[in-house]
Amino acid sequence: MSNWIEVGQLEEIPQQGSRVVKTKDYNIAVFRTVNDEVFAVKDSCPHKQGQLSQGIVHGKKVTCPLHNWTISLESGEALGPDEGCTNVFMAKVEDGQVSIDLG
Amino acid sequence: MKEKLVMIGNGMAGMRTIEELLKVAPDMYDITVFGDEPYGNYNRILLSPVLAGDKTIEDIMLNTMPWYEENNIKLHAGAGKRINEINRISRTVTSEDGTVEEYDRLLVATGSTPFIIPVPGHDKEGVIAFRDIKDVDTMLDATKNYKHATIIGGGLLGLEAANGMMQHGMKVTVVHLVDTLMERQMDSVSGKMLKKALEDKGMDFRMEAQTAEITGNGRVDGIKFADGSSIKTDLVVMAVGIRPNIELAQKSGLHCERGIVVNDTMQTYDPKIYSVGECVQHRGNTYGLVAPLFEMAKVCANHLAQMGIGLYEGSVTSTKLKVTGIDLFSAGDFIGDDATEEMIMQDATSGLYKKLVLKDNKLVGAVLYGDTKEGAWYFQLMRSGQDISDLRDKLLFGESHLGDSGHGGDHILEMSDDTEVCGCNGVCKGDIVKAITSEGLFTLDEVRAHTKASASCGSCTGLVEQILESTLGSDYETPEAKPICQCTDYSHEEVREAIRTRKLTSIKEVRRSLNWKTEDGCPACRMSLNYYVQSAWHNESQDDPQSRFINERAHANIQKDGRYSVIPRMWGGMTTPDELRAIANVAEKYEIKDVHLTGGQRIGLYGVEKQVLPKIWEDLNDAGMVSGHAYGKAMRTVKTCVGKQWCRFGTQDSTALGIKLEELTWASWMPHKFKLAVSGCPRNCAEATIKDFGVVCVDSGYELHIGGNGGIKVRATDLLCNVQTEEEVMEYCGAFIQYYREDAHYLERTAPWVERIGFSKIEETIVNNEEKRRHYNMRFLEAQKISQVDPWKERATGGVAAHEFASIKVVS
Repeated sequence: MSNWIEVGQLEEIPQQGSRVVKTKDYNIAVFRTVNDEVFAVKDSCPHKQGQLSQGIVHGKKVTCPLHNWTISLESGEALGPDEGCTNVFMAKVEDGQVSIDLG
Repeated sequence: MKEKLVMIGNGMAGMRTIEELLKVAPDMYDITVFGDEPYGNYNRILLSPVLAGDKTIEDIMLNTMPWYEENNIKLHAGAGKRINEINRISRTVTSEDGTVEEYDRLLVATGSTPFIIPVPGHDKEGVIAFRDIKDVDTMLDATKNYKHATIIGGGLLGLEAANGMMQHGMKVTVVHLVDTLMERQMDSVSGKMLKKALEDKGMDFRMEAQTAEITGNGRVDGIKFADGSSIKTDLVVMAVGIRPNIELAQKSGLHCERGIVVNDTMQTYDPKIYSVGECVQHRGNTYGLVAPLFEMAKVCANHLAQMGIGLYEGSVTSTKLKVTGIDLFSAGDFIGDDATEEMIMQDATSGLYKKLVLKDNKLVGAVLYGDTKEGAWYFQLMRSGQDISDLRDKLLFGESHLGDSGHGGDHILEMSDDTEVCGCNGVCKGDIVKAITSEGLFTLDEVRAHTKASASCGSCTGLVEQILESTLGSDYETPEAKPICQCTDYSHEEVREAIRTRKLTSIKEVRRSLNWKTEDGCPACRMSLNYYVQSAWHNESQDDPQSRFINERAHANIQKDGRYSVIPRMWGGMTTPDELRAIANVAEKYEIKDVHLTGGQRIGLYGVEKQVLPKIWEDLNDAGMVSGHAYGKAMRTVKTCVGKQWCRFGTQDSTALGIKLEELTWASWMPHKFKLAVSGCPRNCAEATIKDFGVVCVDSGYELHIGGNGGIKVRATDLLCNVQTEEEVMEYCGAFIQYYREDAHYLERTAPWVERIGFSKIEETIVNNEEKRRHYNMRFLEAQKISQVDPWKERATGGVAAHEFASIKVVS
């Protein structure tokens, strides 16, 4: 089942940055890469629940501000020797409008 | 269609090249590998521990058979897969069993072959070398059926073999041609100490003995020496050296001397053919240790990937003997000559010996026996070519780890596996050793990635390096000039130089100009570059907030639960009832749970939700307060005592001077955090001698101190000079800060910076050279004109970066 919602305009998210969508149960970090691709993952690092939205975005990855784990924005998985995974949500941009699928 | 890369030799240097290549250009080639042993790639340096029974073959595998499949590499391994022809015209290779492969690029990594002395009887059963898994198997078999083994060759490998056989209960004799063991790594004093220690363990020696004949009927039963004497033995292991394996290359017409001759890009005289490892001869040298081979691998991979950067310029090497209970280290030119001088410490009773060889005030060689924990430091000094004039009086005693907090600084070999090495991440020695051996790690970066040891505050880096060294025995990889990060091969210095000379004013320009390997970098280089560009071009560059750590973007310190802390500035540690009331009001209004007095004479508010930050800042701004920059790589605080205003011992007005210094330096970005203090008299209540810049007031004026640190590793300041007026204090302070800002690496505090570049260089620049002092101070003042804006005010009421503090959408 899909449940797409509009979250805002692409320009509202800084390039190589992130904004947070608050839902009832958890926060979702919506990322914009240097090439204007968007990704959405649960705003919680699999390591110690750091807010990934506050991390540095590089390539299609984000580095958690708490202990430098690097998480793939595509899969939500920890990269390198670290192991762990956070939830990913489908995200798209249409006519500058960013939407994510809450599922 | 992809080009074909064929590699001859499935050993450590070759496979390292392939791995490096896969990292930078994973899809560039169809790769085929030939190896004449029926295994994947294993860690040959760890064969000694396998022989000694400390490890198994599985433990030392680096690339298992399935690894080749997963990486789409065609592997021809086993007997019959030895290449016996390279046809450079048709560009094909042919193996003994007739397997033919075409290549576009060929990598020859045939390694070396052990030298077998051609004495009569050298081909008898029971005469072997110590080179591969098969030799180890033969030796292990021998320990089951025989009693007496003889090792010919008292070098590193020979002694490790001897030790291994002894562990299995064999009676072992070592035969050596000269009178010093390991004469290529040791001088005669340490060689004798080693011999004594091994004799105490039960090893027998025949020194200055030349083997004349190996006797026996079919199988070896003894050795006859040139002087007519003889011994009985059931096994002979020849460990007298290795020779580059160049037979195939020679047959194919590649130019060879002692090894296959390559240039600085690891290319042979045939441009289609590259070569790495023990088989090559580079600038007249051949190498048999792992670190140089890995450096070659990196350069070669880079050129195979057609990135065209990186040169191999030769290596300084170091060695350690992997024999339990014996600790020795040697590196570089430890014998010395007329142009060198020596520093020697010898304590025969404790079994300690240390010899350092110096040339032109640089360390060029070292032998350590009995206590090798300073080996990594000496090796680093040798490789960096640092001028050691400032270290002379301490050099021999080593870089003391006594002041380090959070971990034991113990003797590596005596450390038990459960000793905590990294106090930040709770990593014990055993975890690190296990990761090094089971994951096949060779570098500090790899150990950090896998174990997190030394990946946080970094204070245990030296210890981790020592563990790497003692686990791997031979030298591990320490690059000469460390690149900023894995996105580039350029060091901090090279990048800063390029930013200055090519006038690069944005991170993007730096990446383009220096051919960055990644599209938009990684956190490490992004933060460094953002700092470097602004420090070089403060008038003409733009800050990139997305390349700053969150604290410097949010102008508050992120806490473990994702909330933030707020610390307003208190000039020179002074405050007023109004400020205190405003802080109290904010704490109540926003239900701040914890109010804490910081170490820098200020008040911290903890547990603040991010979206509330601008409101709090507005309230604090209204009471006249600004950001304390307690979250940034920036000037933090100026700590003061009350000075002669109140104190009966005070000599100057330290509080007022502290306020002036804080007004001068606030809101300045730095390579790392930066703290100041002013004490009113030599009792030094403001602890100015553990600050980055400290002032101790005396009756005649002011003592200026630099490079102190009270954190990870306590370092007392160096006294820079005495001055007489407050104006001079301000000028020296500005100049020192600016010199540090323009010279230190990003994330390097003043204490390690002073030690790296040497105190005398700073003294020369800031104290002895008035012109330079003025220049640096002026640049500092110019930059401060732009920088001194309260970031809180800009965000609270100035409309800057509003997106940072609000969520984009709330879904109910």
